[in-house]
Amino acid sequence: MSGEEFVPLSLTPLLIGTFAAIACALPGNFLVLRKQALIGDAISHVVLPGIVVAFLLTGAISTWPMMLGAAGAAVVAVVMIEAIRRLGQIEPGAAMGVVFTTMFAGGVLLLEQTDTSTVHLDVEHALYGNLESLIWLDATGWQSLLDVQALAGLPPELPRIALTMVGVILFTWLFWRPLKISTFDEGFARTIGIRTGVLGMALVITAAIAAVAAFDAVGSIIVIAMFICPPAAARMMTNRLETQIAWSVIFATVSAVFGYVLAGYGPLWLGGEDAVSAAGMIATISGLMLALTAVFGPCRTRSGAPSHA
Amino acid sequence: MLELATVQGESVEEQGVDHSPLAIRGMTVSYGQKPAVFSVDMTVQPGAMTAIIGPNGAGKSTLLKAALGIVSPLSGQVTVFGQPLEDQRARIAYVPQRASVDWDFPTRVIDVILMGLSRQLGLLGRVRARHKARAMDCLNRVGMREFADRQIGQLSGGQQQRVFLARALAQDADLYLLDEPFAGVDAATEKAIIAVLKSLKEAGKTVVVVHHDLATVADYFDHVFLINTRKVAEGSVAQAFTAETLQSAYGGRLATAQIDQISRALG
Repeated sequence: MSGEEFVPLSLTPLLIGTFAAIACALPGNFLVLRKQALIGDAISHVVLPGIVVAFLLTGAISTWPMMLGAAGAAVVAVVMIEAIRRLGQIEPGAAMGVVFTTMFAGGVLLLEQTDTSTVHLDVEHALYGNLESLIWLDATGWQSLLDVQALAGLPPELPRIALTMVGVILFTWLFWRPLKISTFDEGFARTIGIRTGVLGMALVITAAIAAVAAFDAVGSIIVIAMFICPPAAARMMTNRLETQIAWSVIFATVSAVFGYVLAGYGPLWLGGEDAVSAAGMIATISGLMLALTAVFGPCRTRSGAPSHA
Repeated sequence: MLELATVQGESVEEQGVDHSPLAIRGMTVSYGQKPAVFSVDMTVQPGAMTAIIGPNGAGKSTLLKAALGIVSPLSGQVTVFGQPLEDQRARIAYVPQRASVDWDFPTRVIDVILMGLSRQLGLLGRVRARHKARAMDCLNRVGMREFADRQIGQLSGGQQQRVFLARALAQDADLYLLDEPFAGVDAATEKAIIAVLKSLKEAGKTVVVVHHDLATVADYFDHVFLINTRKVAEGSVAQAFTAETLQSAYGGRLATAQIDQISRALG
């Protein structure tokens, strides 16, 4: 494929998909190890009341208020989950279940009671996103990457998700040591002066921001899949957290690129007519990779049964 | 309850709180309706080995965790070497219960020991050869040198416990607090651990151990602290580890025959 075709039509969706996958997979590594991986699922449900409230306040469907509403709802949800978990001393899964079903139900009620029925809040869009439509029509080829005028026409999702990914990378790099220690041994982390409560909250809020930014661009299916599949598959490849992070980034990137290409051309190769959903295919690929590593990965057996003393 | 704790804190001020490596006053901790630890005072003697003993659910581990700020007490004050806890964190090494962490965590033995050096390393400091050498030295002291590159999940329970002890050694603290280090470990590990703890004591360090095996108390420790939600007794083994205090701490849960046996062992 020539640059004239590739750059305007495929480059931006590929980059957006990849950045979204990496932004979710990085915090996903810690969430999976902390047994909080379902937080991605929780966040994608609680954004509904956030979006509805934002719509009620502004009376218009526009990106920034809705993203702020979604992010606000996600932060409220993770704070509530953390509070319920600590005060009620129950397992994180139960706390998430209580919070996200309640908030989702609240969002549905709100949607019904108010005059939003005339507005088209598209469920399909929320699930699959619209990765294929995030094209860069101002581009004419590779040289457009240096053309200021063409760059101004980039889909706004691209700088947004790129910035989010950079933020997530910075957070992981800066707090690497305390994150690792407190994920492994929270009690010990406390005694050496790490503020584990604040750090745990910062981690889920970072994950929430990544989820909302990715959700806006690529839909909730990718968000939920990328929080869990690349990190879990990476765990099967290595027994070192540093290497696991690297593998999770590789798996996230491969899922995004391969999934996007396969969704666009796979059906044609098989003699079909239409392309399938890129988001669905990316999530499916990540699930397949998890299945493959679960069967063939070198470190897939749980060796850590502490009972054979 | 806060007021009560304050009053008690003042009334026992004279017992050398300023010199104690760990002094707890009026500590009350509750996980629900019922307190797990109620209005407990404890003054750890410097340079001694102290056992915290009591029946299951008596609040032994909770007392330690509350003293370290891992769980929040309802009331109580803690001083470490006469100073507030937060100023003295560098002088404390804590060994949690082995079962409190997931040993399937993707990390190697040497990485766990290096966690003990994280205060020196700071947020972004690089691990250098001298840090590695120090970590290997600590592993050597617990007889685990050749396991440095193993994944922690591939260790036996006793080996895991020794890794935790080595991490505490890497912290080079003055006060060592261990939660049930002998639970479910093999005899060789128990020997190795007690040898290390005695060497710490000889080096002038203070050691406090949550302990469950009454038969070894007199062999291993010089001081005991008996607890059953409230403090039952505190002092040297000869003073505080007696048939009466044990009966009082354990109630009907300790068979008379066991108490007789311990009394006889103590002479």
